[in-house]
This record gives sequence, structure tokens and C-alpha cells, in this order.
Amino acid sequence: MAGIAVSTTINGDHVEYLCQPDEPLLDVLRDRLGLTGAKEGCGTGDCGACSIILDDRLVCSCLVLGAEAEGRRIETIEGMAHGDQLHPLQQKFLEHAALQCGICTPGFLIAAKDLLAKNPDPTEEEIRFGLAGNLCRCTGYDKIVRAVQDAVHVMKGA
Amino acid sequence: MNFDPRFSGRKFTSVGTRPVRPDGVDKVTGRARYGADFNMAGQLVGRVLRSPHAHAIIRKIDTSKAEKLPGVKAVITAKDLPDLTDGDAGMYDILDNCMARTKALYDGHAVAAVAAVDARTARQALKLIEVDYEILPHVTDVDLAMEHRAPLINDAIFTEGLEEKPVKPSNVTKRSQFGHGDVHQGFGHADFIVERSFKTEQTHQGYIEPHACVANVSSDGTADLWVCTQGHFVYRQHCAQLLGMEASKLRVTSSEIGGGFGGKTHVWAEPVALALSRKAGRPVKLVMTRDEVFRASGPTSATSIDVKIGARKDGTITAAQATLRYSAGPYAGSWAEIGAMTAFACYKLDNVETVGYEVLVNRPKTAAYRAPSAPMAAFAVESAVDELAKQIGIDPVDFRIKNAAQEGTRSSYGPVYGPIGIGPTLEAAKNHPHMKAKLGKNQGRGMACGFWFNFGGQTCVDLNIGMDGSVSLAVGTVDVGGSRASLSLVAAEELGIDYSQLKAIVADTSSLGYNDMTDGSRGTFSSSMATISAARNAIKILRERAAQMWDIAVDDVVWEQGHAVAKGDKHGNLGKLSLKEIALQSGKTGGPIAGHSELVADGAGVSFATHICDIEVDPETGSTRVIRYTVVQDAGKAVHPTYVEGQYQGGAAQGIGWALNEEYIYGKDGRLQNAGFLDYRIPVCSDLPMIDTQILEIPNPNHPYGVRGVGETSIVPPLAAIANAVSNAAGVRMTHIPMSPPRILAAIEAERGE
Repeated sequence: MAGIAVSTTINGDHVEYLCQPDEPLLDVLRDRLGLTGAKEGCGTGDCGACSIILDDRLVCSCLVLGAEAEGRRIETIEGMAHGDQLHPLQQKFLEHAALQCGICTPGFLIAAKDLLAKNPDPTEEEIRFGLAGNLCRCTGYDKIVRAVQDAVHVMKGA
Repeated sequence: MNFDPRFSGRKFTSVGTRPVRPDGVDKVTGRARYGADFNMAGQLVGRVLRSPHAHAIIRKIDTSKAEKLPGVKAVITAKDLPDLTDGDAGMYDILDNCMARTKALYDGHAVAAVAAVDARTARQALKLIEVDYEILPHVTDVDLAMEHRAPLINDAIFTEGLEEKPVKPSNVTKRSQFGHGDVHQGFGHADFIVERSFKTEQTHQGYIEPHACVANVSSDGTADLWVCTQGHFVYRQHCAQLLGMEASKLRVTSSEIGGGFGGKTHVWAEPVALALSRKAGRPVKLVMTRDEVFRASGPTSATSIDVKIGARKDGTITAAQATLRYSAGPYAGSWAEIGAMTAFACYKLDNVETVGYEVLVNRPKTAAYRAPSAPMAAFAVESAVDELAKQIGIDPVDFRIKNAAQEGTRSSYGPVYGPIGIGPTLEAAKNHPHMKAKLGKNQGRGMACGFWFNFGGQTCVDLNIGMDGSVSLAVGTVDVGGSRASLSLVAAEELGIDYSQLKAIVADTSSLGYNDMTDGSRGTFSSSMATISAARNAIKILRERAAQMWDIAVDDVVWEQGHAVAKGDKHGNLGKLSLKEIALQSGKTGGPIAGHSELVADGAGVSFATHICDIEVDPETGSTRVIRYTVVQDAGKAVHPTYVEGQYQGGAAQGIGWALNEEYIYGKDGRLQNAGFLDYRIPVCSDLPMIDTQILEIPNPNHPYGVRGVGETSIVPPLAAIANAVSNAAGVRMTHIPMSPPRILAAIEAERGE
């Protein structure tokens, strides 16, 4: 089957690739582009481990086709830190031990970043519902919520 | 090796602090490499064909069409994994579970596998494999499987543990019994007796990372396996045995692991991936889909438990008895036995008897799930304990305190306890502000206790001191939730250096001696013991080198706060030498400095917890909401308290999911109906409140720092604590887990007589 040529922007860089018509964007990122930060936990949009931001919208990259990224702007976990400088959310996840196994962490960080972009000062309930599309099996979410709350505090002060 | 593991009270500098974990930055930047994040040149994609039938004879498998599909490089069936288990029944079951040999025993049982150039070709190839099944009657329910007329899953199984060997085969593989005293006499002295039957449904560990591996079998007879596992040394043993390799020729590297909870202690896909790679002559990556994870890996047992407890008016339990039936999947296990051991472990009982029945069903092979078998037994026992307290008219916490096991108590499963934390966790719970908080309308409070054995096991650690004075620590227990941080703290403590001077890694199977897997809450307990031992061995060498540099007797050199210090008046002018200063000279004083340790970490201290929770029940719909949750647990010594809290919170959250929502739902056809995260719903962020924790530290006498395992006990009390809370809120005793809205509503309506 002939591949589809796609031209897109990932973490600010211009990227071109060929993909199959039925190939999820997650597979393109992971298998073709080597961006393995987004994880496949389910492949059906239920776990959020593959979360990315597509044109300012939080999506599960397993539910987007690689071909749909044509002309769009993609943000992945690999683009969240600026060089050595971690994003406040990344820093606070570390300080609060908001990860145990860490497989869900890239998805949570992307989802939290998207949440704070839309609501810079969320209540605990808004954080909990804002992150309800991401599954974590290790932490019970307590330290994740606290890390986001602390990051909000830091980002407001910045 | 003269290592003394006994506890010695000391003041800690590093242990008990909360630094950032050494693998943290990679995990928040997406750079950490998990099972599916590794690739090799020329790698193929492996996929597994699975039985859609719960029970069927495999008459014939025709792979010829699949083999002809362009891009397919290997197709395997059970014939490609010949039986090399040499009469080892347990290994034979593992082999049969990896690839069905004569019968498919559950929906999802592997029957064939392919390796192809890409996923699309592999998927197509699976569709071209023709399997001729003869469908057999099946049974998926634990109670039905015990009936005489139930379909037999394995006609070579005759129940073990009976006084006489049975003449007929059965789905009951084993009967096991524990206890002491005379329960019949004990019940005769009781003023109150509660007798109840309980059921719990099957749940999955629910790790977010599916099983994944890359296998590379080389033509020179060696092989490499990259895999997410809780025990790469055990995987090596199992894979080598099943493939007829020498263990040393197979190097297994454990990737970062995206959750295991016991579910990654068993091989499933790895021998298949190795067999595919051997046949294709190329590396093969095999990653399970979520559907496969649910249908073929994991789950825990479904159970059916009868409990009878009697007590005197003064609140003294006079006798306790339980019959526990646990599903094992289609292969023999020890799940009911463990349940029977743990059931009454929290209590001091003169008369106690538990009987476990291990039952085969046409469901996936039961795997360990965090304190395996204990939560279900605790649910039944702690529910009955609550009900009995109510009948006597005594506060449920006071009732438990009165009957709690103590140091010197002979446990219900045999051993006599040393210093233990059940009493202190109960006292702490009793005094916790949560216990006094006001409840609202339709809200109920419940509490429950839990016990877990904790394990130690074979452990090996290398501690290498670099020429620059930095220290690398290589451990063999897979880090499932922050143990590299806790082990670094322990090494820093023992050496007297700063945490930042250390880097801990998990070494592969060719770089370190054998280690048991990370299970039984043993990771930090056993590897910290080996780390302390290795550090002390390194200190011995550091002292020798300092003595050499000073040209004095080694007995005159002591190690204090990261420095060699010359003791005695005659050496008063020598000052001290730091670890770094000694390391810088090591090339001239005898070469590299290292400390090693190989030991069996005996004496894992038993663990107890008490949980409190408040639940709101909507009487119109039966839906529930967790309002407040508190965990009190003994850690012995919390090495990194934040990660200890994390273990408490995570276990509680899994228990909440199990108690209220999660279950395997099988259709009449024996097929799993909810093999995905949409229909098998685990708790999400908006389902839970903050989970409060209180760490108690009752030192384990068998560990230098007093450490006990902390990973598992936290999932033991929740089912019961929540059941007690729901029962109090709804005004009706809940006996079937999960307490999903329809079950709660049905119970409320039955109580009202509707």
C-alpha cells in the first residue's frame, strides 16, 4: 500500500514522514519518528498515556491518524522542557513523587499542561476532572493532584 | 561473610529524607525506556493468535496460508516449543499457558504466533491461520466448578490434601488447612456467633503498560531479551528452560516497568518471542494489546468464602473458622492456601481453623496481585468481625484491639509473632481525627485490618566506587516504584556520603548474580540489606587503603561520616581522609574499590495495616462516592517516606476499584465481555479523594535499619473497610464484591422487601 506523505510541526520543528492510511499518529510518533515518550496503554483512547496536544487541543494520539497531522502543530512530552529547564509541572511531579512506575507520567504532564493553559487556577475538583481521562494505577492520584496544585502556585508567581 | 542483619538503633542522616529519585528526570521528559520503547536493527513484529473459546480441543492448526503471505518470516505453534520441562509440572503449566498444546483452556489462550515485517502483515497472517477446534463444555464460576457434574478441565488432577486419594479426578486441585485449638469447643463458649458467606469477583492488576519484549536469538546459540518484568533473573530461568538454553547464554535486561503489581512475575509472551526469533533468525518485538492483557494475563482469583466467628459477651473471640474457595484459572496454584493462611492473621485466637480449596476454571491462569489472596479473605473475615462487634454492642475498633495479635502470639497460620504492628495501627486509627469526623446523610464509616507476610529471598548487590569518588550501586531487584531512590539513601547512609554522590541502576542478568524477583514487598527490604552489607565490605577496603596511605595499622582506622579517621593519640596529627580522597589514590593503593554482597534476606518482618473510610451511598441508584480515606500502616522504617506514602495510597486506590467497581464479566459462552479500560473501569482521578496516610515505625528486628516491606499490605484492608462503610451507609450487609450500583441497589431493595 502506498504511503501518504505528511508535512507537520512537532515541538516546533518541521517534520515530514510517510505513513499508511490506517496508521495511528501514536505509531508514527513512536515507530517512525522515535518519539517514544507517548505510550500505548490501550490503543482505544481509554487510558490517556498517549496524550499529545494537537493545535492546542488535548487528544489521544492513538485515536488520531498519522495522515490527519498534515499542516498541524503537535506538542509531545519530548518538547515540554526547554533544554535543561524542566517545565514547572515536570519539576513538581519529581518533587512530590507524583510518579511511581512513570508510564502514565508523560500523558499526565501533557494533560495537566493543557488543563493549566485553559484554566490557570483550577480548584482541586477541576484538576481531578481535568485529569480524569488519564489512568494511573500506582499513585491513587493524590500526589499527582498535589504536584499540579504546587505547579499552579509556582506558575502564578512567575 | 560476617554480616549481622540484626536491627541496631541509630540516628539517620539520609534515610528518612525525601530526595528526587535518580530515574526521575528521564521519566518526566519521556526518555525513560519501557518494554515497548526498545528497538533493534531488522526487528520483526510478533503477534499471537488466541482461542476465542473457553474450552476446546485443538484438532489441527493449518499455518500454510499464513506462511505464504509476503512479509511473514515465522509462524509457530506448540510444536515449535517442544516439552523440555522434564516432569516439572509447574513449568509444564507455564509452557502450556504460553502456547496451548492440546486444548485451549480459556478465552484468550495462545494457540499460534507469527513474526512479520510489520504489524499490518502480522495481523493479516493471524487471520490466515486455520484452527480446527472441538468445543467442550466450560465452567468459569468457582462454586460451579466444584460441583460433581462440572466439566472437567484436567482429568489428570486428583484433589491433593485429602485423607484418602480420591478415585475420581476433580477441578479441585488441593485442599489445605491451617489453625490450632478446637473450634467446635470454642463456638460452644461463644455468646454470639456470626456466620456469613461472601463472594468476590475476579480483578486484573491493571498495570498501564502492556507486556512487551524484544527477543533476539543469535545463530551462535546466545540470546538477548529486553523485557518489562518484575524479575528478569526468573524470566531468564524460565525462558532458558522452556527453550532448551543454558541460562548464562540468555541475557535478560529489565526495561523500566510500567506497573506490575504481581502481574509481571510470570512469563507469557517472552518464550513465544524467543521462539519466533529463533525460527525467523531475526529480532522480534512482541507487545500485547490491552485486549490480550485482560484476556490472557493477570488476573487474580474469584472467590467464595464462608466465615464463622464466635465471641463472648466481653468481646473475646472464642473461635474462628473459614472455608475459602479460590479460582486458579486452568492450572494448579496456591491461591486458596495463601488466603487460608492470611485470613485470621490479625488476631490472637485460641481456636481457629481455615480450609482452602484451589479450584480450576476456564479463565486465564491466576497471577499474583499485590498481597495475593489476602484482600478477599480479609474482606470476608473483617466483614464478619464488624458484624459480630455490632451484635455484641462493642465498638468495632475496640473489639479488634481486644483481640489483636501481639508479640508472642501464635499466628493462625503457625509461626509465633515477633514485634508486630497490628495493635499500634489499631490504636492510631482509634485516635485518628478521621474517626471523630461527622458523617453526613447517607454516609457510612468503615474500618478494617490487613496482614501480609512479606518476603525476603535471594539478593545480590554490587557497589563500585569510582576513581572520582562517586559511587555506583548495581542492584538486581527491579525498581517498580522508587526503590533506586531508597537504596541510594541506604548506601549514602552507610557510607556516610551525600545522596547526590550515588547512582543506582538495575543490572542485567549477565552483570550481576541471581536475584529473586521484586515480589512479596521484598525490593527495598532485601536489596537494602544487601546494600548495607556491600557498603560495609567497601568500607573495610576503604579503611585498608587509608591505613596504607597513612602507613599505620588498619585496626587504627575507623570509618566516620564518610571519612577514614585515625584513632588514638599517636595518630592525632593525621586528620581524616574522605571517601573521595581515598578513591583518587586507589590506582596506587591496590586498584578499584568495591563492595559486594550476596545473601538470602531472611526475616522479612510481617506487616499490618488499618484503614478507615467514609462512603456515601445514593439509595436511589446504589452509586457510591468515597468521601474520605485514611491508611495507617507499619513500615518498620520508612527509608523514603514519600514513596512509602505512595505505596499506601496506591494500594488503597486499587482496593477501592476492586471493592466498588472492577470485575471480570464472562458471558454464557465463556468469553470475557469487558476486556478493555472502557468496560473494565479502574478508578480515575475524579473518583477519589486525597488518601491520607500515617506511617508507623515498629522496627523489624531482622533488618539493620528495621525496614519492613511496604508494597502490598495496603491493598488488604480496603475491600473490607469499604464493605463495612457501605453496609453502615446503606443499612444492609454487603457480601458480594464489587459493590457496584446494581448490587447495592438490589441489596437495599431486598432489605426493604421490594
